[in-house]
Amino acid sequence: MKQLHIIFALILISLSACAQQIESEIKATSPVNENYTAELVVSDINIPWGIAFLPDNSMLITEKSGELIHFKNGTKTSISGVPEIYVRGQGGFMAIKLHPNYETNGWIYFSYASAEGEGDGGNTAIMRAKLNNNTLVEKQVLYKASPNTKKGQHFGSRIEFDNDGYLYFSIGERGERDENPQDITRDCGKIYRLHDDGTVPTDNPFVNTPNAKTAIYSYGHRNPQGLIKNPETGDIWEHEHGPQGGDEINIIKKGKNFGWPVISYGINYSGTSFTDITEKEGMEQPEFYWVPSIAPSGMAFVTSNKYPEWQGNLLVGSLKFEYLERLTLENGKVVKREKLFEKMGRVRDVIQAPDGFIYVAIEGKGIVKIVPQK
Amino acid sequence: MKSALLSLFVTLSVVFSSFSQTDALKESMERGHEIYTDFCMSCHLPNGKGVEKVYPPLANSDYLIKNREASIKGLKYGMQGEITVNGKKYNSVMAPLGLSDDEVADVMNYISNSWGNKNNKLVTEAEVSKIKK
Repeated sequence: MKQLHIIFALILISLSACAQQIESEIKATSPVNENYTAELVVSDINIPWGIAFLPDNSMLITEKSGELIHFKNGTKTSISGVPEIYVRGQGGFMAIKLHPNYETNGWIYFSYASAEGEGDGGNTAIMRAKLNNNTLVEKQVLYKASPNTKKGQHFGSRIEFDNDGYLYFSIGERGERDENPQDITRDCGKIYRLHDDGTVPTDNPFVNTPNAKTAIYSYGHRNPQGLIKNPETGDIWEHEHGPQGGDEINIIKKGKNFGWPVISYGINYSGTSFTDITEKEGMEQPEFYWVPSIAPSGMAFVTSNKYPEWQGNLLVGSLKFEYLERLTLENGKVVKREKLFEKMGRVRDVIQAPDGFIYVAIEGKGIVKIVPQK
Repeated sequence: MKSALLSLFVTLSVVFSSFSQTDALKESMERGHEIYTDFCMSCHLPNGKGVEKVYPPLANSDYLIKNREASIKGLKYGMQGEITVNGKKYNSVMAPLGLSDDEVADVMNYISNSWGNKNNKLVTEAEVSKIKK
Protein backbone atom coordinates (compact mmCIF):
# COMPACT_ATOMS: atom_id res chain seq x y z
CA MET A 1 0.00 0.00 0.00
CA LYS A 2 2.80 2.34 0.99
CA GLN A 3 4.53 1.52 -2.27
CA LEU A 4 1.41 2.45 -4.16
CA HIS A 5 1.42 5.84 -2.45
CA ILE A 6 5.01 6.40 -3.48
CA ILE A 7 4.32 5.41 -7.07
CA PHE A 8 1.31 7.70 -7.14
CA ALA A 9 3.35 10.58 -5.73
CA LEU A 10 6.08 9.95 -8.30
CA ILE A 11 3.58 10.03 -11.13
CA LEU A 12 2.15 13.29 -9.82
CA ILE A 13 5.61 14.83 -9.56
CA SER A 14 6.60 13.78 -13.04
CA LEU A 15 3.33 15.09 -14.46
CA SER A 16 3.69 18.47 -12.82
CA ALA A 17 7.40 18.91 -13.45
CA CYS A 18 7.41 18.06 -17.12
CA ALA A 19 4.81 19.01 -19.66
CA GLN A 20 3.60 16.15 -21.76
CA GLN A 21 4.44 16.16 -25.43
CA ILE A 22 2.92 14.22 -28.27
CA GLU A 23 5.63 12.88 -30.53
CA SER A 24 5.26 13.21 -34.29
CA GLU A 25 3.11 10.37 -35.53
CA ILE A 26 5.37 9.74 -38.48
CA LYS A 27 8.89 8.86 -37.36
CA ALA A 28 11.98 9.51 -39.43
CA THR A 29 13.61 6.31 -40.61
CA SER A 30 16.93 5.50 -42.21
CA PRO A 31 16.69 4.74 -45.93
CA VAL A 32 16.92 1.12 -47.06
CA ASN A 33 19.07 2.02 -50.06
CA GLU A 34 20.81 5.32 -50.44
CA ASN A 35 21.07 5.67 -54.20
CA TYR A 36 22.76 9.04 -54.01
CA THR A 37 25.90 10.53 -52.55
CA ALA A 38 26.78 14.03 -51.41
CA GLU A 39 29.74 15.33 -53.36
CA LEU A 40 31.60 18.37 -51.99
CA VAL A 41 31.66 21.10 -54.65
CA VAL A 42 32.50 24.24 -52.66
CA SER A 43 34.78 23.81 -49.65
CA ASP A 44 35.85 25.91 -46.69
CA ILE A 45 32.83 28.00 -45.88
CA ASN A 46 32.07 28.50 -42.23
CA ILE A 47 28.31 29.18 -42.22
CA PRO A 48 26.87 29.08 -45.76
CA TRP A 49 23.43 30.49 -44.92
CA GLY A 50 21.80 30.79 -48.32
CA ILE A 51 22.43 29.76 -51.93
CA ALA A 52 21.14 31.15 -55.23
CA PHE A 53 22.07 30.07 -58.75
CA LEU A 54 22.74 32.56 -61.53
CA PRO A 55 21.61 31.67 -65.08
CA ASP A 56 25.14 30.46 -65.95
CA ASN A 57 24.77 27.96 -63.08
CA SER A 58 27.41 29.75 -60.99
CA MET A 59 26.50 30.18 -57.35
CA LEU A 60 25.96 33.06 -54.97
CA ILE A 61 26.45 32.06 -51.34
CA THR A 62 25.80 34.19 -48.27
CA GLU A 63 28.20 33.60 -45.41
CA LYS A 64 26.62 34.46 -42.08
CA SER A 65 29.46 36.66 -40.86
CA GLY A 66 28.82 39.11 -43.71
CA GLU A 67 30.40 37.86 -46.90
CA LEU A 68 28.73 37.31 -50.27
CA ILE A 69 30.63 34.70 -52.27
CA HIS A 70 30.36 34.18 -56.02
CA PHE A 71 31.49 30.66 -56.91
CA LYS A 72 32.26 30.18 -60.58
CA ASN A 73 34.50 27.74 -62.43
CA GLY A 74 35.94 26.45 -59.20
CA THR A 75 36.88 29.88 -57.85
CA LYS A 76 35.42 31.87 -54.98
CA THR A 77 35.16 35.62 -55.42
CA SER A 78 34.10 37.90 -52.60
CA ILE A 79 31.47 40.39 -53.78
CA SER A 80 32.06 43.96 -52.63
CA GLY A 81 29.47 46.56 -51.73
CA VAL A 82 27.50 44.28 -49.42
CA PRO A 83 25.46 46.15 -46.78
CA GLU A 84 26.76 46.49 -43.25
CA ILE A 85 25.74 43.35 -41.41
CA TYR A 86 24.91 43.17 -37.68
CA VAL A 87 26.51 39.89 -36.70
CA ARG A 88 25.19 38.78 -33.36
CA GLY A 89 23.67 35.55 -32.09
CA GLN A 90 21.64 34.00 -34.88
CA GLY A 91 21.75 37.18 -36.96
CA GLY A 92 24.01 37.89 -39.90
CA PHE A 93 23.91 37.64 -43.67
CA MET A 94 21.02 35.25 -44.33
CA ALA A 95 18.74 34.48 -47.28
CA ILE A 96 19.40 35.16 -50.95
CA LYS A 97 16.94 34.82 -53.84
CA LEU A 98 16.88 35.91 -57.48
CA HIS A 99 13.88 37.71 -58.96
CA PRO A 100 11.84 35.28 -61.11
CA ASN A 101 12.67 37.51 -64.11
CA TYR A 102 16.32 37.90 -63.13
CA GLU A 103 17.50 37.43 -66.68
CA THR A 104 15.70 40.57 -67.80
CA ASN A 105 15.88 42.77 -64.67
CA GLY A 106 18.96 41.58 -62.74
CA TRP A 107 17.46 41.98 -59.24
CA ILE A 108 18.91 39.94 -56.39
CA TYR A 109 17.09 39.91 -53.04
CA PHE A 110 18.62 39.13 -49.68
CA SER A 111 17.93 39.35 -45.98
CA TYR A 112 20.37 40.31 -43.25
CA ALA A 113 20.52 41.57 -39.70
CA SER A 114 20.96 45.33 -39.70
CA ALA A 115 21.69 47.94 -37.01
CA GLU A 116 20.07 50.69 -39.11
CA GLY A 117 17.31 52.69 -37.49
CA GLU A 118 16.37 53.51 -33.95
CA GLY A 119 17.64 51.79 -30.86
CA ASP A 120 20.60 49.65 -29.85
CA GLY A 121 21.03 46.29 -31.48
CA GLY A 122 19.64 45.13 -34.77
CA ASN A 123 16.76 43.60 -36.65
CA THR A 124 16.09 41.89 -39.97
CA ALA A 125 16.27 43.87 -43.21
CA ILE A 126 15.41 42.99 -46.82
CA MET A 127 17.43 44.52 -49.63
CA ARG A 128 17.55 44.20 -53.39
CA ALA A 129 20.54 45.02 -55.56
CA LYS A 130 22.18 44.20 -58.88
CA LEU A 131 25.51 42.59 -59.52
CA ASN A 132 28.00 44.50 -61.64
CA ASN A 133 31.68 43.49 -61.90
CA ASN A 134 31.64 41.68 -58.59
CA THR A 135 30.05 44.64 -56.83
CA LEU A 136 26.51 45.14 -55.57
CA VAL A 137 24.97 48.25 -57.13
CA GLU A 138 21.58 49.99 -57.12
CA LYS A 139 21.01 48.85 -53.55
CA GLN A 140 17.53 49.44 -52.15
CA VAL A 141 16.40 48.57 -48.64
CA LEU A 142 12.86 47.28 -49.13
CA TYR A 143 12.03 46.55 -45.51
CA LYS A 144 13.62 46.93 -42.11
CA ALA A 145 11.92 45.47 -39.04
CA SER A 146 11.90 47.61 -35.92
CA PRO A 147 12.65 48.22 -33.14
CA ASN A 148 16.27 47.10 -32.90
CA THR A 149 17.15 44.78 -30.04
CA LYS A 150 20.36 43.25 -28.71
CA LYS A 151 18.66 39.88 -28.32
CA GLY A 152 20.39 37.11 -30.19
CA GLN A 153 17.46 35.02 -31.38
CA HIS A 154 15.01 34.56 -34.18
CA PHE A 155 15.84 36.82 -37.08
CA GLY A 156 14.26 34.38 -39.56
CA SER A 157 14.64 34.56 -42.48
CA ARG A 158 13.90 33.33 -45.99
CA ILE A 159 12.65 34.94 -49.20
CA GLU A 160 10.32 33.55 -51.88
CA PHE A 161 8.23 34.71 -54.85
CA ASP A 162 4.84 33.34 -55.81
CA ASN A 163 3.42 32.79 -59.31
CA ASP A 164 2.04 36.36 -59.41
CA GLY A 165 5.44 37.86 -58.66
CA TYR A 166 4.74 38.89 -55.07
CA LEU A 167 7.71 38.92 -52.73
CA TYR A 168 7.35 37.00 -49.45
CA PHE A 169 9.79 36.98 -46.57
CA SER A 170 9.87 35.80 -42.98
CA ILE A 171 11.11 37.53 -39.85
CA GLY A 172 11.29 35.64 -36.54
CA GLU A 173 9.94 37.00 -33.25
CA ARG A 174 13.38 38.18 -32.02
CA GLY A 175 13.09 36.52 -28.63
CA GLU A 176 10.01 38.56 -27.67
CA ARG A 177 7.58 35.66 -27.55
CA ASP A 178 4.88 37.43 -25.58
CA GLU A 179 5.12 40.83 -27.29
CA ASN A 180 5.61 40.35 -31.00
CA PRO A 181 4.03 37.37 -32.79
CA GLN A 182 0.37 38.01 -31.88
CA ASP A 183 0.51 41.80 -32.32
CA ILE A 184 0.07 42.99 -35.90
CA THR A 185 1.05 46.53 -34.94
CA ARG A 186 4.54 45.20 -34.22
CA ASP A 187 7.16 43.66 -36.48
CA CYS A 188 8.61 40.17 -35.97
CA GLY A 189 7.04 36.74 -35.83
CA LYS A 190 5.45 37.40 -39.24
CA ILE A 191 5.42 36.47 -42.90
CA TYR A 192 5.41 39.60 -45.05
CA ARG A 193 4.24 40.22 -48.60
CA LEU A 194 5.34 43.09 -50.83
CA HIS A 195 5.52 43.95 -54.50
CA ASP A 196 8.93 43.22 -55.94
CA ASP A 197 9.85 46.94 -55.62
CA GLY A 198 9.04 46.98 -51.91
CA THR A 199 5.66 48.73 -52.09
CA VAL A 200 2.77 47.33 -50.08
CA PRO A 201 0.07 45.63 -52.16
CA THR A 202 -3.28 47.38 -51.68
CA ASP A 203 -4.98 44.05 -51.04
CA ASN A 204 -2.67 43.02 -48.20
CA PRO A 205 -4.80 41.77 -45.29
CA PHE A 206 -4.11 44.54 -42.77
CA VAL A 207 -3.89 47.65 -44.97
CA ASN A 208 -7.03 49.06 -43.36
CA THR A 209 -6.29 48.01 -39.79
CA PRO A 210 -5.29 51.02 -37.64
CA ASN A 211 -1.57 51.07 -36.72
CA ALA A 212 -0.94 47.67 -38.29
CA LYS A 213 2.29 46.95 -40.11
CA THR A 214 0.71 46.76 -43.52
CA ALA A 215 3.39 44.53 -45.05
CA ILE A 216 2.24 41.67 -42.79
CA TYR A 217 0.64 38.77 -44.65
CA SER A 218 0.34 36.21 -41.80
CA TYR A 219 1.30 36.24 -38.11
CA GLY A 220 1.77 34.11 -35.01
CA HIS A 221 5.09 32.66 -36.23
CA ARG A 222 8.15 31.87 -34.13
CA ASN A 223 11.25 31.61 -36.29
CA PRO A 224 10.67 30.63 -39.92
CA GLN A 225 13.80 29.57 -41.80
CA GLY A 226 12.11 27.79 -44.68
CA LEU A 227 9.90 29.40 -47.33
CA ILE A 228 9.26 27.84 -50.73
CA LYS A 229 6.63 27.88 -53.43
CA ASN A 230 4.92 24.56 -53.98
CA PRO A 231 5.45 24.10 -57.72
CA GLU A 232 2.23 22.12 -58.10
CA THR A 233 -0.22 24.34 -56.23
CA GLY A 234 1.59 27.69 -56.25
CA ASP A 235 1.07 27.97 -52.47
CA ILE A 236 3.83 29.31 -50.24
CA TRP A 237 5.02 26.64 -47.81
CA GLU A 238 6.83 27.61 -44.64
CA HIS A 239 8.58 25.84 -41.81
CA GLU A 240 9.58 27.29 -38.49
CA HIS A 241 11.60 26.38 -35.44
CA GLY A 242 9.56 25.49 -32.38
CA PRO A 243 11.03 25.72 -28.89
CA GLN A 244 11.73 22.22 -27.49
CA GLY A 245 9.61 20.22 -29.91
CA GLY A 246 6.94 21.82 -32.05
CA ASP A 247 8.80 22.75 -35.24
CA GLU A 248 6.09 23.20 -37.85
CA ILE A 249 5.30 23.06 -41.55
CA ASN A 250 2.58 25.53 -42.55
CA ILE A 251 0.93 26.63 -45.76
CA ILE A 252 0.84 30.41 -45.61
CA LYS A 253 -2.58 31.98 -45.96
CA LYS A 254 -3.54 35.60 -46.19
CA GLY A 255 -4.26 37.28 -42.85
CA LYS A 256 -4.15 34.04 -40.89
CA ASN A 257 -2.86 33.58 -37.35
CA PHE A 258 -0.55 30.58 -36.98
CA GLY A 259 -0.86 30.59 -33.23
CA TRP A 260 2.58 31.10 -31.67
CA PRO A 261 2.79 31.17 -28.66
CA VAL A 262 -0.89 30.68 -27.82
CA ILE A 263 -0.97 27.21 -29.33
CA SER A 264 2.07 25.02 -29.79
CA TYR A 265 3.19 21.40 -29.82
CA GLY A 266 6.40 22.49 -28.12
CA ILE A 267 7.45 23.13 -24.53
CA ASN A 268 10.03 25.42 -22.93
CA TYR A 269 13.67 24.39 -23.11
CA SER A 270 13.50 23.85 -19.36
CA GLY A 271 10.78 21.21 -19.85
CA THR A 272 8.01 23.34 -18.39
CA SER A 273 5.08 24.37 -20.52
CA PHE A 274 3.99 27.85 -21.57
CA THR A 275 0.64 26.81 -23.02
CA ASP A 276 -1.74 23.93 -22.40
CA ILE A 277 -3.37 24.01 -25.78
CA THR A 278 -2.37 22.87 -29.22
CA GLU A 279 -5.40 24.20 -31.04
CA LYS A 280 -7.76 27.12 -30.87
CA GLU A 281 -10.46 28.55 -33.06
CA GLY A 282 -9.17 31.28 -35.32
CA MET A 283 -5.67 29.82 -35.31
CA GLU A 284 -4.19 27.62 -38.00
CA GLN A 285 -3.03 24.06 -37.41
CA PRO A 286 0.32 23.11 -38.89
CA GLU A 287 0.36 20.69 -41.84
CA PHE A 288 2.95 18.79 -39.87
CA TYR A 289 4.85 19.21 -36.60
CA TRP A 290 8.13 17.78 -35.40
CA VAL A 291 8.46 16.41 -31.87
CA PRO A 292 11.32 16.12 -31.12
CA SER A 293 12.60 19.19 -32.98
CA ILE A 294 14.97 18.69 -35.87
CA ALA A 295 15.78 22.44 -36.04
CA PRO A 296 14.70 22.89 -39.67
CA SER A 297 16.58 25.19 -42.03
CA GLY A 298 16.13 25.46 -45.79
CA MET A 299 13.42 23.77 -47.84
CA ALA A 300 13.05 22.52 -51.41
CA PHE A 301 10.50 20.62 -53.49
CA VAL A 302 11.98 18.00 -55.78
CA THR A 303 10.72 18.26 -59.36
CA SER A 304 13.85 17.38 -61.30
CA ASN A 305 14.18 14.17 -63.28
CA LYS A 306 17.59 13.54 -61.68
CA TYR A 307 15.84 11.96 -58.69
CA PRO A 308 13.00 9.79 -59.97
CA GLU A 309 12.27 8.25 -56.52
CA TRP A 310 12.00 11.66 -54.89
CA GLN A 311 9.49 13.32 -57.25
CA GLY A 312 7.23 15.75 -55.43
CA ASN A 313 9.00 15.18 -52.12
CA LEU A 314 9.92 17.97 -49.75
CA LEU A 315 13.51 18.25 -48.54
CA VAL A 316 14.26 19.99 -45.24
CA GLY A 317 17.67 20.50 -43.61
CA SER A 318 18.19 19.53 -39.99
CA LEU A 319 20.62 21.69 -38.05
CA LYS A 320 20.25 19.65 -34.92
CA PHE A 321 20.50 16.10 -36.18
CA GLU A 322 22.78 16.92 -39.11
CA TYR A 323 20.93 15.23 -41.93
CA LEU A 324 18.65 16.06 -44.83
CA GLU A 325 15.05 15.07 -44.21
CA ARG A 326 12.99 13.76 -47.13
CA LEU A 327 9.26 14.09 -46.55
CA THR A 328 6.85 12.19 -48.76
CA LEU A 329 3.53 13.98 -49.20
CA GLU A 330 0.11 12.65 -50.09
CA ASN A 331 -2.61 15.24 -50.69
CA GLY A 332 -0.42 17.78 -48.93
CA LYS A 333 0.05 15.63 -45.82
CA VAL A 334 3.31 14.11 -44.64
CA VAL A 335 3.09 10.32 -44.87
CA LYS A 336 6.74 9.32 -44.65
CA ARG A 337 10.00 10.78 -43.35
CA GLU A 338 13.49 9.63 -44.21
CA LYS A 339 16.91 10.68 -42.89
CA LEU A 340 19.23 11.20 -45.83
CA PHE A 341 23.00 11.48 -45.44
CA GLU A 342 23.09 11.10 -41.68
CA LYS A 343 26.01 12.94 -40.04
CA MET A 344 26.52 15.12 -43.12
CA GLY A 345 26.78 18.17 -40.81
CA ARG A 346 24.53 21.02 -39.77
CA VAL A 347 22.34 21.66 -42.82
CA ARG A 348 21.61 25.35 -43.39
CA ASP A 349 20.04 25.41 -46.82
CA VAL A 350 18.84 23.13 -49.59
CA ILE A 351 17.99 24.15 -53.12
CA GLN A 352 17.12 22.54 -56.45
CA ALA A 353 19.33 24.32 -58.98
CA PRO A 354 18.45 25.16 -62.59
CA ASP A 355 20.67 22.24 -63.69
CA GLY A 356 18.23 19.94 -61.87
CA PHE A 357 20.64 18.90 -59.15
CA ILE A 358 20.06 19.43 -55.46
CA TYR A 359 22.66 21.39 -53.55
CA VAL A 360 22.96 21.47 -49.76
CA ALA A 361 24.77 24.08 -47.65
CA ILE A 362 26.52 22.61 -44.62
CA GLU A 363 28.11 24.49 -41.74
CA GLY A 364 31.85 24.05 -41.39
CA LYS A 365 32.05 22.42 -44.82
CA GLY A 366 30.53 24.29 -47.72
CA ILE A 367 28.22 23.19 -50.50
CA VAL A 368 27.55 19.59 -51.53
CA LYS A 369 25.81 18.35 -54.65
CA ILE A 370 23.54 15.30 -54.50
CA VAL A 371 24.49 12.92 -57.29
CA PRO A 372 23.51 9.35 -58.22
CA GLN A 373 25.77 6.70 -56.79
CA LYS A 374 28.12 5.26 -59.36
CA MET B 1 48.90 45.13 20.17
CA LYS B 2 50.22 46.52 16.96
CA SER B 3 50.50 43.05 15.43
CA ALA B 4 47.02 42.22 16.64
CA LEU B 5 45.67 45.30 14.89
CA LEU B 6 47.60 44.46 11.79
CA SER B 7 46.29 40.92 11.71
CA LEU B 8 42.78 42.25 12.26
CA PHE B 9 43.29 44.62 9.37
CA VAL B 10 44.65 41.83 7.18
CA THR B 11 41.79 39.55 8.12
CA LEU B 12 39.24 42.26 7.44
CA SER B 13 40.71 43.19 4.11
CA VAL B 14 40.86 39.56 3.06
CA VAL B 15 37.25 39.09 4.09
CA PHE B 16 36.26 42.33 2.41
CA SER B 17 38.06 41.58 -0.85
CA SER B 18 36.69 38.07 -0.96
CA PHE B 19 33.24 39.55 -0.44
CA SER B 20 33.71 41.98 -3.28
CA GLN B 21 35.08 39.19 -5.44
CA THR B 22 32.00 37.14 -4.59
CA ASP B 23 29.74 40.08 -5.31
CA ALA B 24 31.46 40.76 -8.59
CA LEU B 25 31.09 37.10 -9.54
CA LYS B 26 27.46 37.03 -8.48
CA GLU B 27 26.61 40.09 -10.53
CA SER B 28 28.58 38.86 -13.51
CA MET B 29 26.84 35.48 -13.30
CA GLU B 30 23.45 37.17 -13.24
CA ARG B 31 24.26 39.09 -16.42
CA GLY B 32 25.80 35.92 -17.84
CA HIS B 33 22.63 33.98 -17.14
CA GLU B 34 20.68 36.42 -19.31
CA ILE B 35 23.19 36.11 -22.13
CA TYR B 36 23.05 32.34 -21.76
CA THR B 37 19.27 32.31 -22.10
CA ASP B 38 19.50 34.47 -25.19
CA PHE B 39 22.43 32.96 -27.06
CA CYS B 40 23.30 29.50 -25.75
CA MET B 41 20.28 27.77 -24.25
CA SER B 42 18.58 26.60 -27.43
CA CYS B 43 21.50 24.24 -28.09
CA HIS B 44 23.17 23.66 -24.70
CA LEU B 45 19.81 23.58 -22.87
CA PRO B 46 18.86 25.17 -19.53
CA ASN B 47 20.63 22.44 -17.54
CA GLY B 48 23.83 22.79 -19.56
CA LYS B 49 23.70 19.14 -20.58
CA GLY B 50 23.63 19.79 -24.33
CA VAL B 51 22.56 17.09 -26.76
CA GLU B 52 24.52 13.87 -26.96
CA LYS B 53 26.78 13.65 -30.02
CA VAL B 54 25.61 17.08 -31.24
CA TYR B 55 26.03 19.87 -28.71
CA PRO B 56 28.68 19.20 -26.04
CA PRO B 57 27.70 19.48 -22.38
CA LEU B 58 28.77 22.49 -20.31
CA ALA B 59 27.56 20.89 -17.08
CA ASN B 60 30.41 19.09 -15.27
CA SER B 61 32.47 19.69 -18.38
CA ASP B 62 36.14 18.76 -18.13
CA TYR B 63 36.80 20.67 -21.35
CA LEU B 64 35.41 23.92 -19.97
CA ILE B 65 37.31 23.76 -16.70
CA LYS B 66 40.62 22.59 -18.18
CA ASN B 67 40.58 24.85 -21.24
CA ARG B 68 39.84 28.31 -19.92
CA GLU B 69 41.54 30.16 -22.74
CA ALA B 70 40.17 27.97 -25.54
CA SER B 71 36.69 28.29 -24.05
CA ILE B 72 36.92 32.09 -23.98
CA LYS B 73 38.31 32.02 -27.50
CA GLY B 74 35.38 29.86 -28.62
CA LEU B 75 32.87 32.26 -27.10
CA LYS B 76 34.64 35.18 -28.73
CA TYR B 77 35.32 33.87 -32.21
CA GLY B 78 33.24 30.71 -32.57
CA MET B 79 34.42 27.10 -32.58
CA GLN B 80 35.05 24.45 -35.16
CA GLY B 81 36.74 21.07 -35.33
CA GLU B 82 36.87 18.05 -33.09
CA ILE B 83 36.95 18.40 -29.32
CA THR B 84 36.63 15.78 -26.59
CA VAL B 85 34.30 16.54 -23.70
CA ASN B 86 34.00 14.11 -20.80
CA GLY B 87 35.47 11.36 -22.96
CA LYS B 88 33.11 11.88 -25.89
CA LYS B 89 34.06 13.38 -29.23
CA TYR B 90 32.16 16.31 -30.74
CA ASN B 91 32.74 17.77 -34.17
CA SER B 92 30.37 20.60 -34.94
CA VAL B 93 30.38 24.29 -35.65
CA MET B 94 29.52 27.07 -33.25
CA ALA B 95 29.18 30.33 -35.15
CA PRO B 96 30.80 33.46 -33.73
CA LEU B 97 28.21 34.88 -31.34
CA GLY B 98 28.92 38.58 -31.77
CA LEU B 99 29.22 39.15 -28.02
CA SER B 100 31.25 42.04 -26.62
CA ASP B 101 34.20 41.23 -24.33
CA ASP B 102 32.29 42.06 -21.15
CA GLU B 103 29.43 39.79 -22.27
CA VAL B 104 31.89 36.95 -22.97
CA ALA B 105 33.32 37.38 -19.45
CA ASP B 106 29.82 37.34 -17.92
CA VAL B 107 28.63 34.23 -19.73
CA MET B 108 31.95 32.50 -19.05
CA ASN B 109 31.54 33.25 -15.32
CA TYR B 110 28.02 31.89 -15.47
CA ILE B 111 28.76 28.62 -17.25
CA SER B 112 31.97 27.90 -15.36
CA ASN B 113 30.15 28.27 -12.02
CA SER B 114 26.91 26.49 -12.79
CA TRP B 115 25.68 22.88 -12.97
CA GLY B 116 28.49 21.44 -10.86
CA ASN B 117 31.25 23.56 -12.38
CA LYS B 118 33.47 25.66 -10.12
CA ASN B 119 35.89 28.34 -11.25
CA ASN B 120 37.58 30.34 -8.51
CA LYS B 121 39.23 32.87 -10.76
CA LEU B 122 36.86 35.56 -12.01
CA VAL B 123 36.92 36.04 -15.79
CA THR B 124 37.25 39.76 -16.52
CA GLU B 125 36.67 41.89 -19.57
CA ALA B 126 40.43 42.68 -19.57
CA GLU B 127 41.30 38.98 -19.71
CA VAL B 128 38.87 38.40 -22.58
CA SER B 129 40.19 41.37 -24.52
CA LYS B 130 43.73 39.93 -24.47
CA ILE B 131 42.69 36.67 -26.10
CA LYS B 132 43.23 36.84 -29.84
CA LYS B 133 42.16 34.63 -32.70
